Amino acid sequence: MCGIVGLYLKNEALYPQLGALFKPMLIEMTSRGPDSAGVAIYRNPVAEGQIKFSLAHDSSEHDWNALADSLAQALSCSTTITHRDTHAILVTDGEEKAVQNWLAQNATDVRVVGRGNSVEIFKETGLPEDVYARFDLENAQGRHMIGHTRMATESAVTTAGSHPFATGADLCLVHNGSLSNHNRLREELKRKGVSFSTENDSEVAAAYLTWKLQQGVSLKDALEQALDDLDGFYTFCIGTSNGFAVLRDPIACKHAVLAETDDWVAMATEYRAIATLPGAEKARIWEPRPATVYAWGAETLEGLSVNDAEHMTAGAA
Amino acid sequence: MKQLDLKAEGLRKINSTLQNAVPDSDGKEWAVTNPMGQHAIACGLNTELSVTIEGNAGFYCAGMNQKADVTIKGHAGVGVAENMMSGMVRVTGNASQSAGATGHGGLLVIEGDASSRCGISMKGIDIVVGGSVGHMSGFMAQVGHMVICGDAGEALGDSIYEAILYVAGDVESLGADCIEKEMTEEHQKTLTELLARAGMDQDVKRFRRYGSARKLYNFNVDHAGEY
Repeated sequence: MCGIVGLYLKNEALYPQLGALFKPMLIEMTSRGPDSAGVAIYRNPVAEGQIKFSLAHDSSEHDWNALADSLAQALSCSTTITHRDTHAILVTDGEEKAVQNWLAQNATDVRVVGRGNSVEIFKETGLPEDVYARFDLENAQGRHMIGHTRMATESAVTTAGSHPFATGADLCLVHNGSLSNHNRLREELKRKGVSFSTENDSEVAAAYLTWKLQQGVSLKDALEQALDDLDGFYTFCIGTSNGFAVLRDPIACKHAVLAETDDWVAMATEYRAIATLPGAEKARIWEPRPATVYAWGAETLEGLSVNDAEHMTAGAA
Repeated sequence: MKQLDLKAEGLRKINSTLQNAVPDSDGKEWAVTNPMGQHAIACGLNTELSVTIEGNAGFYCAGMNQKADVTIKGHAGVGVAENMMSGMVRVTGNASQSAGATGHGGLLVIEGDASSRCGISMKGIDIVVGGSVGHMSGFMAQVGHMVICGDAGEALGDSIYEAILYVAGDVESLGADCIEKEMTEEHQKTLTELLARAGMDQDVKRFRRYGSARKLYNFNVDHAGEY
């Protein structure tokens, strides 16, 4: 099962309502995934020379201020930290690799769940409604968000096994489906130096994309190569700094629906997750084709077709 | 027309009301408001009601329909009119996968596009799609007609039995044992009637007919030694 949802606001006037509009979308998908939930929200881009990390810890009482102070002292950099339940958002002008190395050595109980200019990733076990409340997401403002509700099939119900999975700077992935060649692909990627923290199949898809992007492959090409290299069932929603992309396996095994109005674009596993959005009844609604990359807000996604006329099916206005 | 608010009354209540309604005494015309993409709306109707779903429906809308005339004003999710027995189901927007799956009778009209596996294992239903259909449509289609006014995706009519497929646009590829067949006057007449019933204004001459080569589902005694 699992449910995935994505919302991209075209109308700036709606930015202050992003978290409120997204909330019923995620909660409607509870019946598809009651085990854990997570979101990636793109907001508050950092200044040039700064980087934002999404960090997670097993405890909601973790002393994040101490961590930020130690990091600032060790690397002679500025740090600001915002604590949200088991997660924290760290903004620093420290060098990215140095910060990651310091965290790996000095904060072994802290997981880096996302990094980039604007992305913030929050994910936890529990019902989507509870997870949403824990991270105070209802009041979140921004342009776009993707989310996931998980019914675990391939691996354990843990925070680390929850989606979204980061795949690079400002990039992350949510997955509905199951991959059948994840064990072999994981071993291949390990040999290439990629590290893994779970036995989760979706983490392998994320790691695959991360590795491809590190090789200088464009996101569009990486997704198209994924069609050959990933075996199994999948609908992916990939969050990017400027929007999101959607890809389904070549036989379109897993549900997906897209809807668009002048104000927003939404994707979901089922339409009922979109039904609460303003103007949904008048939206153009269609099912994305298999093995086709769809993307919105793709100005940084070189080569990606955006709202490509041939991807848009005729019919309902 | 009687109104049923799905959001206020809940799915079970409105389905129960529709399933138990007697057209002559309770009224023939019904409308379901606030469908909100919920699943299994107006399933299992078995009287001559006329039901309008005022918005987008979720999965399996109007499934198992008998006699009733159901119109979905918007998009229909997976498996619309699945296993329909008789009556008519109309979708004014697009439809997701497996529209009309296993349908035994009646007419399903999709004014927009249908996604993959449209008419999978159809057993006597007639389906008319105003737009295009996705891959594997008409898979193992046994009896009935599917009319596609637009294009058909990969593997149309794979492993088809005796259903008849009419396509006006391009066919990306034909599935196993599905071939193009001659369009006779009799077929043009059938097609004209189907388009008229569906309310589609189309030139019959644009359509090609596809059906079974009958090499796959017939046991061929010459191959007996291979088993």
